[in-house]
Amino acid sequence: MIVSLEEGVRELVHDGDTVALEGFTHLIPVAAGHEIIRQRRRGLTLVRMTPDIVYDQLIGAGSATRLVFSWGGNPGVGSLHRFRDAVQNAWPAPLEIEEHSHAGMANRYVAGASGLPFAVLRGYTGTDLVGRTANIAAITCPFTGEQLTAVPALNPDVTIVHAQRADRRGNVQMWGITGVQKEAVLAARRSLVTVEEVVDELEPVPGQVLLPSRVVTAVARVPGGAAPSYAHGYYSRDNDAYQAWDPISRDRAAFGRWLEREVFGRAAAAQGGDAAR
Amino acid sequence: MSTRGYSSDEVMTVTAARALADGMACFVGIGLPSTAANLARRTHAPNLWLVYESGTLGARPDTLPLSIGDGVLAETADTVVSVPEVFNYWLQPGRIDVGFLGAAQIDRFANINTTVVGDYDAPRVRLPGAGGAPEIAASCREVVVVVRQSRRTFVAAVDFVTSVGYGKGPGERERLGLRGGGPSRVITDLGVLEPDPRTCELTLVSVHPGVEPEEVRAATGWELAVSPELATTPEPTADELAVLRSLTGR
Repeated sequence: MIVSLEEGVRELVHDGDTVALEGFTHLIPVAAGHEIIRQRRRGLTLVRMTPDIVYDQLIGAGSATRLVFSWGGNPGVGSLHRFRDAVQNAWPAPLEIEEHSHAGMANRYVAGASGLPFAVLRGYTGTDLVGRTANIAAITCPFTGEQLTAVPALNPDVTIVHAQRADRRGNVQMWGITGVQKEAVLAARRSLVTVEEVVDELEPVPGQVLLPSRVVTAVARVPGGAAPSYAHGYYSRDNDAYQAWDPISRDRAAFGRWLEREVFGRAAAAQGGDAAR
Repeated sequence: MSTRGYSSDEVMTVTAARALADGMACFVGIGLPSTAANLARRTHAPNLWLVYESGTLGARPDTLPLSIGDGVLAETADTVVSVPEVFNYWLQPGRIDVGFLGAAQIDRFANINTTVVGDYDAPRVRLPGAGGAPEIAASCREVVVVVRQSRRTFVAAVDFVTSVGYGKGPGERERLGLRGGGPSRVITDLGVLEPDPRTCELTLVSVHPGVEPEEVRAATGWELAVSPELATTPEPTADELAVLRSLTGR
């Protein structure tokens, strides 16, 4: 249940898997993403509503062949240039994309968590996403005859999220902006949660989301594992790091140097990835 | 900064802030819309209810967030809800009065592209994509677009419809079953455009102080109609500029 980050990724993330790393600006499992790169996973279908710099890094490192998403950018800064390079120039490898709106992606996770084959929403109508994205279909309400939109459930092979705390039995607690993480974990076949700390007892926190251990496959203690995003109550968002990513991301050689230095040049433990003691 | 004592971006942001009435529920994107919404909340609209797609309802940030999920939004919000909840329980049923959107391209019927420039399968520029915008554009009672005006951005037809304005013209929103009213105005660094009530085509209704209508037409990729009652945007007040500069740290 409580594992090292290296072990968690090795056991739970396999080549060719559909992998969701969720976190809406807050609690992004960045260290886990770096460990996936370090273990040189290939052929992944990466899923995420808001692929930001950690997905830029995974794509640039060649981990992914497919991306399912609704907004891919560097929040508050601009575009993701490794993502752009993959889509526009197939570098370092072609990247197939399936794009949605946020409402559509959120509902796909809800359907996945609910054990339903699809979700219904008022969405996408009149946009060019209809027809471009195969997984968007019109559906007629059987009660009113109204035309609505259906999107299929998302059920990742593995969902990875970061949280503030877990207890030793593997119950996970997060608070602040918790995005779509509960749905993404409940929709997945397996889940890996990295946490700031492992405690004996989880003290209740207002607005918390609690993931019971029965839906959590493994927990790894990774203090700072969400940086440069933030962990509410632990550390702030490193806005400068997001700004600094832009020039690195724009240049293949600069990115290559960054990858060697910050990912391959560091063991998982150096990012705090060790088993709870 | 012009000799007028404020920049074209500042008059754009102030004009956008004035589009928000006190007490409105406003769905806010990051960047210019967030700046304008927070300026409104700090000036004439203290009870503006800011909703960010990260799930923070009623956020009152004391500094401008860099992202839609900054900690300051959660700390100052009335409540923080999940992302499915913000879209399904708040946006979809029509509980939001006004949605603020940006654009990489916008056309004469205020359709917005934030997906690709060029062909979808071989894009010249791959942009971030839809995010919350398609459903914001569909479901808010009205939409205000804030975007700098140039021929690159104001195009006769967008390369990709990410978010629907008035589609191909009158009646299209109704045909599509979109429940919100659509874009009520487009505020740029040169002036204000509004859809003509009859044709739905964006029409220049106001120019910012010192801007000639010909400049706006030259920065537009279609034959821009000019309202016979063309107005001049009221100048930003000293108070508005002071609050805006305190927000943006200038």
